[in-house]
Amino acid sequence: MELGTDRPAYELLGLKASEYDDICARLGREPNYVELAIFSLMWSEHCGYKHSRPLLGDLPTGGDCILQGPGENAGIVDIGEGLAIAMKIESHNHPSAIEPFQGAATGIGGIVRDIFAVGARPIACLDPLHFGSLAKARQRFLLEGVVAGVAAYGNCMGIPTIGGEIHFEDSYEDNCLVNVMCVGLVKHGDILKASARGEGNLIFLIGSTTGRDGIGGASVLASAEFDETAEEKRPTVQVGDPFTEKKLLEACLEMRDRRLLVGLQDLGAGGLSSSASEMASKGGSGIDLDISRVPLREEGMEPFEIMISESQERMLACTTTQNEVAVKNVCAKWDLDATVVGRVTGNGRLRVFNGEELIGDMPVAALVDEAPTYIVKPARPGHETDKLLPPDRYPQPPDLGAVLLKLMTSPNICSRRWVWQQYDHMVQTNNALWPGGEAAVLRLKGRRQGVALTTDGNGRRCYLDPRRGARAVVAEAARNLSCVGARPVAITNCLNFGNPEKGGIYHQFREAVAGMKEACQALGTPVTGGNVSFYNESFGKAIYPNPVIGMMGLVEDASRIRDHAFKDAGDAVLLLGAAEPAVDGSEYQLSVFGEVAGRIPDVDLESEKKMQLLLREAIIKELAKSAHDVSDGGLACCLAESAIAGGIGAVISLDEVSRPDILLFGEAPGLVVLTAAEADLERLLKLAAGVPLKQIGRTGGGRLAVTAGANSLIDLPLAQIKQAWETSLEAMVAGNGAPRAGDLANR
Amino acid sequence: MLALPQTEIKTVRFGVVVFPGSNCDADSHDAVGTFTGAEARYLWHKDTQLDGLDCVILPGGFSYGDYLRPGAIARFSPIMKAVGRFAAAGGLVIGICNGFQILLEAGLLPGAMHRNQGLKFVCRLVNLRVENTSMPFTGKYEQGQIIRIPVAHMEGNYFINEAGLAELEDRNQIVVRYCNESGNAAKEANPNGSLGNIAGVCNREGNVFGLMPHPERVCDPLVGGADGRGVFKSIIISVLKNKS
Repeated sequence: MELGTDRPAYELLGLKASEYDDICARLGREPNYVELAIFSLMWSEHCGYKHSRPLLGDLPTGGDCILQGPGENAGIVDIGEGLAIAMKIESHNHPSAIEPFQGAATGIGGIVRDIFAVGARPIACLDPLHFGSLAKARQRFLLEGVVAGVAAYGNCMGIPTIGGEIHFEDSYEDNCLVNVMCVGLVKHGDILKASARGEGNLIFLIGSTTGRDGIGGASVLASAEFDETAEEKRPTVQVGDPFTEKKLLEACLEMRDRRLLVGLQDLGAGGLSSSASEMASKGGSGIDLDISRVPLREEGMEPFEIMISESQERMLACTTTQNEVAVKNVCAKWDLDATVVGRVTGNGRLRVFNGEELIGDMPVAALVDEAPTYIVKPARPGHETDKLLPPDRYPQPPDLGAVLLKLMTSPNICSRRWVWQQYDHMVQTNNALWPGGEAAVLRLKGRRQGVALTTDGNGRRCYLDPRRGARAVVAEAARNLSCVGARPVAITNCLNFGNPEKGGIYHQFREAVAGMKEACQALGTPVTGGNVSFYNESFGKAIYPNPVIGMMGLVEDASRIRDHAFKDAGDAVLLLGAAEPAVDGSEYQLSVFGEVAGRIPDVDLESEKKMQLLLREAIIKELAKSAHDVSDGGLACCLAESAIAGGIGAVISLDEVSRPDILLFGEAPGLVVLTAAEADLERLLKLAAGVPLKQIGRTGGGRLAVTAGANSLIDLPLAQIKQAWETSLEAMVAGNGAPRAGDLANR
Repeated sequence: MLALPQTEIKTVRFGVVVFPGSNCDADSHDAVGTFTGAEARYLWHKDTQLDGLDCVILPGGFSYGDYLRPGAIARFSPIMKAVGRFAAAGGLVIGICNGFQILLEAGLLPGAMHRNQGLKFVCRLVNLRVENTSMPFTGKYEQGQIIRIPVAHMEGNYFINEAGLAELEDRNQIVVRYCNESGNAAKEANPNGSLGNIAGVCNREGNVFGLMPHPERVCDPLVGGADGRGVFKSIIISVLKNKS
């Protein structure tokens, strides 16, 4: 901190003068430094949602299956017969941009604690990641570090990392996005609340000792833009210890099983301050904390440091005095510290003691619920336009086969095997589908049912049109689930944006929330909670607005699902949906013409819903043998990916159009490629009744051949496409750049 | 599931050791309990009694966080003395992944682990060639059979000195090797750089077996295959044969 400057303490802690006045008014006096430090955290953007709260209230959060919506540690969705799924996504962008390994590792640690804080056993993680171009050494360093960090923490915990996504765009060069989602399984009767109730009950601090690591994580790091001082912020990044967290997980679930807990809350952003005040708030109570009892890992820590430390692997538990010994015994079994650091009161205040001395006394409501909110005047950025680009904006390249190879080696399309092979994606042995497909599917042991999970984000499309982009992202997540045969049920979201105090960013945020709301309503997938990450800017330049959606769906029978691989030669290849592909915002536009411009096509949510219903029925009735969403790289890349996955080529004939390149590589939400056995074709077409579905070719052979009318557009050996797609990421990570079409032809 | 009466299978008792940081304990428990019908129970790492058990499983995971070296701390857990006595008395002990690493550190199996040659964690299906079927853990497989079982580890690069390797070869203690689809123990089929593509070894007596791949993960075709069942079936058959 900039000690010795003339700036007032509140400003150095990230508070505005008006906010300071507000705090004084609520306390009826000036806060002391301990109180100020606590307020600065609780009223930070990260904890207080100052710019997002007024808009987030609009999102649909209700539904018959929602057992717990936003506000708790994780959303909880009923899946029938007494079981429920807990889900939550969060960002760890800024820590990862500074220290990729620990930033990503502690991101996993934090989200996993959120899941077992509600009493659920974590069963999967998914990690959507966004970096700058791999041509730059720093970006390769970030990618390697983040992937290794996710692997180190998740693998050690024994929680499979089963999905996610990776995008590379210059926009994330100085501000990578590391979002982490965790999903858990919980019986209805085992659900825990993060509340402190019952006067005289005990507040236990369980797990790691408290140190100076991560001081100011929420206020200094997560709630401000990056500038040249970013390197100096390294000490605000925490260090992870997955082994302790694994023990913490087992100990907490054992205490849950033995009914020892009144409430449980993890210590994350804001440390003890945030956890204690939130537990008191949820329980309608107060808490007295004695920081002299907190086990420390460093000498000479100031009281305020103990209150705001973000040391990892700690939980706060509320228990009765009768259970004090039992709690200590369970924790001792797992070699964990468990210390009574406070008591529940009935006075609605968070009081902080240092031994006998009262060093802080604040109303819980002021800390938790009364952070000021801000509404900014939105300003539509100049690059947004109402018009699609004219089709003749770019010339049609002469060799569309070369374009396909280029796109298949693009870092945004090529195989992610290099990444997911570093994650233990199989532990717990529930994977009915392995990574690399549309969505992950986990069977539930002892049931027929399965859970399908996916994450989706597309900042580039949201940059061109945040409302359409957000609608498209939700629709795509649902389409991914429908492609494996799962019914979309609920979402969690991680909203990654720039500095909301700027009108342009506020506009993007407002529009994206509106788009998300429309799509969630239309598709019947309520929001169970999530996270807002603002200030993703460096040197005044914001990232693409990027609402990342984590969606959960259900399959009635985990053995009746489909993947995207072509299954047999001689099957019909069909195109489902009638959307018109456009070059605007496509990977084709970026990779081949080096531009991001225009306006993306809108998703027709009503048609989308009907189309997905048909898709699921076709899978359940075993009429569709494979299904693959047409997304990045358009129809041609979609076909190529299914062909590679199945090891079977295809012959495709399309109608003659003036711009076959846009038909092949353009993008529009709402298209799916299916395959079906010849014998089932008639039944499938009949089932479609009104939903656009037409045959475009047949599987078979060792080539991907596409014609339009009498013209051959693409005719390539599948082996060549596969080689390009499979080896590209590894080559780029090694710093060799993507393999070029010429190199590939010579192999 | 087995060609043996379920009532007999039920009499075979497995113990799955839980160290702090074990994370494949439940998977191993399920593989035995659900897919063979034998009895499986958990053992806490501070237990010192293994009476009445037929086979002890040291499961995969990160015992003690793999801090210092995988297995280096777990070998000092109280149960390991009991496991040593159990093995010396002829009891069957199988160490999977981290369990294999613990057996190496405890000196119950020869050799040591380096970090993977690629210096990265690797999780994928690999092909294994079964080299020795005349031991209790592999009797259900054919000699030279190729099976598909996943690996998931950071330190699986098996090493042993020249004399040690010669002894392993002479005494037929190399139980499984990484191989390609046609059964060749080729370099490109080796996921971690292990010496001689070694994926699993046993002690001289053949009653202690350690392997890096996870047979417990492939006991159900719904989640990726059933090639791992043979290990657990083999153990049950061997135990029942000795009982009769």
